Amino acid sequence: MFEIFGIPSQALFGQLLIGLINGSFYALLSLGLAVIFGMLNIINFTHGAQYMMGAFAAYLLLQYLGLNYWVALIVVPILIGATGIVVERLFLQYVRKLDHIYGLILTFGLALIIEGLFRNYFGSAGEPYQVPDLLQGGQNLGFMYLPTYRAWVIVFSVIVCFATWFAIERTRLGSYLRAATENPALVRAFGINVPRMVMLTYGFGVALAALAGVMAAPIYNVSPQMGSDIIIIVFAVVVIGGMGSILGAILTGFALGIIEGLTKVFFPEASSTVIFVIMAIVLLVRPAGLFGRTV
Amino acid sequence: MVSLADLAMLPARDGGTRSLSVAFAMMLAFFAVAPFFLYPVFLMQALCFALFACAFNLLIGYVGLLSFGHALFFGWASYLCAHAAKRWGFPPEAAVLFGTAGGAALGLVAGFLAIRRQGIYFAMITLALAQMMYFVALRAPFTGGEDGIQNVPRGRLFGLFDLSHEMTMYVFVLVTVFAGFLFIYRIINSPFGEVLKAIRENEARAISLGYKTERYKLLAFVLSASLAGLAGALKALVFQLASLTDVYWTMSGEVVLMTLVGGLGTVFGPVVGALLIVAMETYLAQLGQWVLVIQGAIFVVCVLVFRRGIVGEIANALRVKL
Repeated sequence: MFEIFGIPSQALFGQLLIGLINGSFYALLSLGLAVIFGMLNIINFTHGAQYMMGAFAAYLLLQYLGLNYWVALIVVPILIGATGIVVERLFLQYVRKLDHIYGLILTFGLALIIEGLFRNYFGSAGEPYQVPDLLQGGQNLGFMYLPTYRAWVIVFSVIVCFATWFAIERTRLGSYLRAATENPALVRAFGINVPRMVMLTYGFGVALAALAGVMAAPIYNVSPQMGSDIIIIVFAVVVIGGMGSILGAILTGFALGIIEGLTKVFFPEASSTVIFVIMAIVLLVRPAGLFGRTV
Repeated sequence: MVSLADLAMLPARDGGTRSLSVAFAMMLAFFAVAPFFLYPVFLMQALCFALFACAFNLLIGYVGLLSFGHALFFGWASYLCAHAAKRWGFPPEAAVLFGTAGGAALGLVAGFLAIRRQGIYFAMITLALAQMMYFVALRAPFTGGEDGIQNVPRGRLFGLFDLSHEMTMYVFVLVTVFAGFLFIYRIINSPFGEVLKAIRENEARAISLGYKTERYKLLAFVLSASLAGLAGALKALVFQLASLTDVYWTMSGEVVLMTLVGGLGTVFGPVVGALLIVAMETYLAQLGQWVLVIQGAIFVVCVLVFRRGIVGEIANALRVKL
């Protein structure tokens, strides 16, 4: 045990770890929002609800089918991603060409429906989800105690973020995607099925949110309002980072999580508002966002 | 990209003044007669929300800016009014003015930040700023946290009229809301309002014509925030309560819903929408969480097939201005 700026190292690093965990979720969710916005021109307000659905799906699979965390990690993104594809076919494809605000309002409505349904069936109290056996316990690193599950969340989300970045920026499929973002008509003329690509992109973005939900289930209580709590913060993260850059979204997410964690140590009263304050400052000095190209 | 302008309707047959006068007379008649048949508190609530929605509509309908954080001005004005009336002993007219001024000041700060970005970012910024001020309201000592400010005295208006009498309060709310409504109507039909519409249709062009669009947008934002504040301050007196519900994001969503249902960019749409949504929430209150589902479903239906809203559809069918 030692102290830094008068704060015991356990507390400091403990909060830093929580910050990194929160940052992982901000990064995963803002990444999904950026990918969806790039292809669909829609700010997906349902993203928070889909994250919540991911957590609930993991909980229900364990509760009723006895399928454990590791199965959920694979099955849930596919399942919830598929519901995303249904949503895209049923609703979103009709508003893509309208003013952006209609996409926002529509997905806001969907988020209300989903949250309302889950509150009806599960109440708003929330359900606990056991940390998987393999990731129980933790390490004492001397300056802090590191729970294994938390370390896993950070490492795994970094891997997922990097893989997504790689797939979009460095593969052939990703280059189609980027081309279709720039000029869908031209890409269609080359014989690529752009509407199908849009549909799958939305499914993928939703799957990312669901994956974040599964990872969040053992850390936070699984509750119907967990999505709306986080989505507004993620919007602020997106405003700060700008949605022009995949890597920018990831870095901003992690950085803001860490800043939030540090604020909890040094100035706890401001911990729930610090991200919004940073957003205001960024708007003053760099209106286009840290990584944004357009206003 | 189809913009909000796709709502533009067939041209009205006359200048539109006759249909507007008739509709206004109908609205006035309704609110004059209604308290004899309907519960006055319900009507006062509807009136407060009607003003709130009209203030919101000033931004979305006439400047094309979607604010997803209007609860910030509504809720905080309600806190300020309640605080001034209860703890400082302000008379009601001063308390309401104080709340409205608070809404204006918050609007100036939030507007200054939000207009630095456009389109979808504008909505996200306003939502985030409102959430920040929700957390401030949750923590600030004077707001009373989860309890809110309760038992706010209604007081005597100008020292003469005892507002604890339900009908006197109703007349006070009615007059104030109608004054706000006419003020908004005046704004959108002034040269300033014409510039706002030009910005909505094509901001780049308005800039090239020499208009400092940022200033116009900021002034419109502050006006909208002040009127939302006026509505919130009135609501605090009507219910004698200021609470966290009014600053939460669900309230920002509700005002979007009311305006959308009634008709974005119509003069009377927000009033009709507010009446309908408040009625729905009052009569369906026992359904609990289903209200959330129903609200969501209305949003989805409106966006997919009913973008003009009720009043917009009527105006379009009759080819009149409403």
